[in-house]
Amino acid sequence: MVSSSLCIRELSKRYGDFVALAPTSLDVAKGEFLTLLGPSGSGKTTLLSLIAGLADPDEGQILIDDADVTHSPAYARDIGVVFQNYALFPHMTIEDNIAFPLKMRRVSDAEARRRTAEALETVRLPHVAKRYPRELSGGQQQRIALARCIVYRPAIILMDEPLGALDKKLRDQMQLEIKRIHRELGTTIVYVTHDQEEAMTMSDRICLMNAGAIEQLGTPQDLYFRPRSVFVADFLGESNLLSATVRGVDGEQLDIVLAEQLAASRAVGNGSRFAAGEPIKVMVRPQNLVVGEGGQLSGRLTDVMISGSLTRLYIAPETAGLPQLVAAHPTRSGSAPYEIGQRLSLGWHAADAVAIHEGKGS
Amino acid sequence: MRTISQRQAWTRAAMGAPLVVLLVLFLVYPVGQLLLLSVYGDNGFTLAQYRQLFASSVYLDVLLITLKISLATTLVCVVTGYPIAYLISVVGKERKATLLFWVLLSFWTSFLVRAFAWIVLLGRNGVINKLLLSLGIISSPASLLYNFGSVLVGMVNALLPLAVLTMLSVMENIDRNLPRAAATLGARPGMAFWKIYFPLSLPGVAAAGIMVFVTAIGFFIVPALLGGRRETMITQLIIDQVQQTMNWGFAGAIAVLLLVVVLIVFAAYDRLLGLSTMTGASAPRNAQPSRLSGPVVRTGDALLTLLGAVSDGILRLLPSRRRGRNPDQAGLGLQAFVWTMLLIISAPTILMIPLSFGSGGLNWPPQGFTLHWYETVLNSPLWTQAMLRSLLVGIGTGLLAMLIGTPAAFLLVRSDIRGKAAWLAFILSPIVVPRMIIAVGLFYVFARMGLVGSAVGLVLGHTVVAVPYVVMTMMAVLRNYDTRLDQAAQSLGARPFATLRYVTFPILGAGMMSSFLFAFATSFDELTIALFATGGLNATLPKQFWDEVTLQVSPSIAAVSTCLFVFMGLLIFVAERLRRRAAAR
Ligand SMILES: Nc1ncnc2c1ncn2[C@@H]1O[C@H](COP(=O)(O)OP(=O)(O)OP(=O)(O)O)[C@@H](O)[C@H]1O
Ligand SMILES: [Mg+2]
Repeated sequence: MVSSSLCIRELSKRYGDFVALAPTSLDVAKGEFLTLLGPSGSGKTTLLSLIAGLADPDEGQILIDDADVTHSPAYARDIGVVFQNYALFPHMTIEDNIAFPLKMRRVSDAEARRRTAEALETVRLPHVAKRYPRELSGGQQQRIALARCIVYRPAIILMDEPLGALDKKLRDQMQLEIKRIHRELGTTIVYVTHDQEEAMTMSDRICLMNAGAIEQLGTPQDLYFRPRSVFVADFLGESNLLSATVRGVDGEQLDIVLAEQLAASRAVGNGSRFAAGEPIKVMVRPQNLVVGEGGQLSGRLTDVMISGSLTRLYIAPETAGLPQLVAAHPTRSGSAPYEIGQRLSLGWHAADAVAIHEGKGS
Repeated sequence: MRTISQRQAWTRAAMGAPLVVLLVLFLVYPVGQLLLLSVYGDNGFTLAQYRQLFASSVYLDVLLITLKISLATTLVCVVTGYPIAYLISVVGKERKATLLFWVLLSFWTSFLVRAFAWIVLLGRNGVINKLLLSLGIISSPASLLYNFGSVLVGMVNALLPLAVLTMLSVMENIDRNLPRAAATLGARPGMAFWKIYFPLSLPGVAAAGIMVFVTAIGFFIVPALLGGRRETMITQLIIDQVQQTMNWGFAGAIAVLLLVVVLIVFAAYDRLLGLSTMTGASAPRNAQPSRLSGPVVRTGDALLTLLGAVSDGILRLLPSRRRGRNPDQAGLGLQAFVWTMLLIISAPTILMIPLSFGSGGLNWPPQGFTLHWYETVLNSPLWTQAMLRSLLVGIGTGLLAMLIGTPAAFLLVRSDIRGKAAWLAFILSPIVVPRMIIAVGLFYVFARMGLVGSAVGLVLGHTVVAVPYVVMTMMAVLRNYDTRLDQAAQSLGARPFATLRYVTFPILGAGMMSSFLFAFATSFDELTIALFATGGLNATLPKQFWDEVTLQVSPSIAAVSTCLFVFMGLLIFVAERLRRRAAAR
């Protein structure tokens, strides 16, 4: 089992005046599966190429197993990279592509052949060995890129949206495959994706990036249930964000007042410190918004959408200063149909209302 | 298959016919005539011309010399051009523009101007001799001119830009992630270059090689101006036959010899690499499995591995100046080499500028300041008329080539006609057939049509050689043009003509302008056809230049050179602006 830890200290990268990566620190443990998640242009690929040694950082340090590799060349880092656009060598057959890293490591021909075949088995494409990359579909090329990376067992693997071009089914299959490889090889993996669902299901931890900086780093549960900023709450899953003011703080529990409403209600903090009188946002996930009698708010139903297993209700609150809310519950057959314009009462458990600082998280 | 209506068929014919007629009348027919003349004497079929050709070793020797010079030129151009193209393809946008400007400036500066500049530079009192003398390397001026070396220098200067631009078109399409991927997979910089980048750039190298070789083989300006008797090339023989002895039959026989050599080169190229790789641009992305057989490929692969290992060995010996950090960072050595080469190909023409204002003739260093040479030129009706005529013929060629080439480009891009590849090959043939053969053939035909010495004849001749560039440029422009814009206009109520007028042409305008400029520049700089078709009278600027320079090397030519250089510099600047505006759309 080969695996290394990765440590990034105050690493930054500018292109001219444009800051592609603000000074960023990040620790990845041996054998961890860390996902970089974030909108397009948030610096995920930039961070990855710095780690791989494909771009020079302006400042900062990169340590692999506590050894400083900031200035060592890409070929000496023992890092595998699956590129966003595959980067298969067009003039070599699939077989030669996969054998390339082995040749560079002077592995014997027989051994190289054996391991190449094995890698092709792993990605379930043993029949394409003699073809050229352009003779494969986008998804197949992506799997070959994966095979070329795992074949030489690098201690750290960086993957830049390795499943971007696959259809849903193949994607699910490959996700399992990658997880299996991760388990079996114990390799440290830094994984980039746009897809929050993929990030949630695969990662030990997620590093959510925004505008060249880390917005929040934590387990999927952390990010989903305790977002540190409005951006995180918004980016990961659906959420209702209500303006509120803090009245009092009692450990993790907060007394708050919603918008221009006078009635007090309660929320839980997201792990950071709040002060009385501070304006905040309160996040309630749609599935935690309970529609029925005796809730904290009331509003009128503006739209209903039934998407298979979930029914979504769009509700305009009667309290001024609150945005449209969405509540979701499992679709039940035979229940009384909703009527547009109908008046509904909304509520939530205090534990499901998470307080977030306005603007950026601290 | 879509059925095409009668009317559509007529429209298509009308779009393609002018070009086909032009090429048949002024390319196929004249060249055919010339070739026929070589086997038809006064008494019908005869091989007498060919017997004479092979009777003594004189002509074969000339052929061998031609091949030797062309091969040496090709080798030097490709080897020195490769690093230049490589650097241009990897540096950032701004530095790329600067580098490219110097290559283009050289590319567009007249062959005549560049060759003349070398005469001055290498002369007994030229810069080089003066430099060597002052450094004490030699004690008396060396004779640097009229030998193999001077011809090679002139030829390389003439054709290096072509080699660079051809290779660049391939290198620009190599995915820059590939060498990086190789680095992450454990390849050191040398290995990544030789095993990944170099094989992908080979189609460009091959295309540059054949383009340079074929152009070189048909060259006469450089060997005539910079060579001695022993550097006579085959096209010079054709000129002698036509201008001095009017021996059409023998000129035809030499032309056949030249054409056969060129065709053999193309056939060999096709056998080894496939002519399809010549279109370069798309090659690396979908590299064909090589046509070479197994053992050759394996040997090549082993060789590349060896080269990679050796380069890495050397790199490791170098002081570790952040070595190999970033696979696409250009080393200092490379940059120094490229700038030296660019300096060498640009300097001669630039050194011409101070000389043209000097009162001490063409000796280095320039002395005094005078506008005398410019006055001489402007007061000479020969020069002014030539200038006027060249402008006229250039504009005429530009317009005619656009008029004929644009509809053909539309046809080739927009409709699926049968045998498209064959048509394209036919349209591009004026580039492949040595210019000299076209020129002599045209002279023969024009003489019988009474077109010698007329502007019309020149325009027709120049259009034949300029139109392939117009078609290629326009095809590239049209391919990038989104036809849905036309459909949108039509859905908004625009009739076909209004669509062209308000949507298509305004968007294509920049591309059309730049292909017009290309045709204009081709004509403006054309000497081979003008050499004969002007008939001694009514010279164009290049012809006048040629007549003067073969007579005597005078400072007024330096003045003309300077004017041409500045004019071309401006033209490129404008064309490049237009191209960028078109690309930005
Ligand atoms: N070579 C470069 N020159 C200038 N700007 C660059 C360069 N490479 C990246 N950038 C900029 O840096 C920012 C971050 O780019 P990066 O490729 O890291 O984004 P990303 O998070 O990977 O996006 P995506 O999800 O679309 O792949 C972008 O705004 C991009 O335009
Ligand atoms: Mg990216």
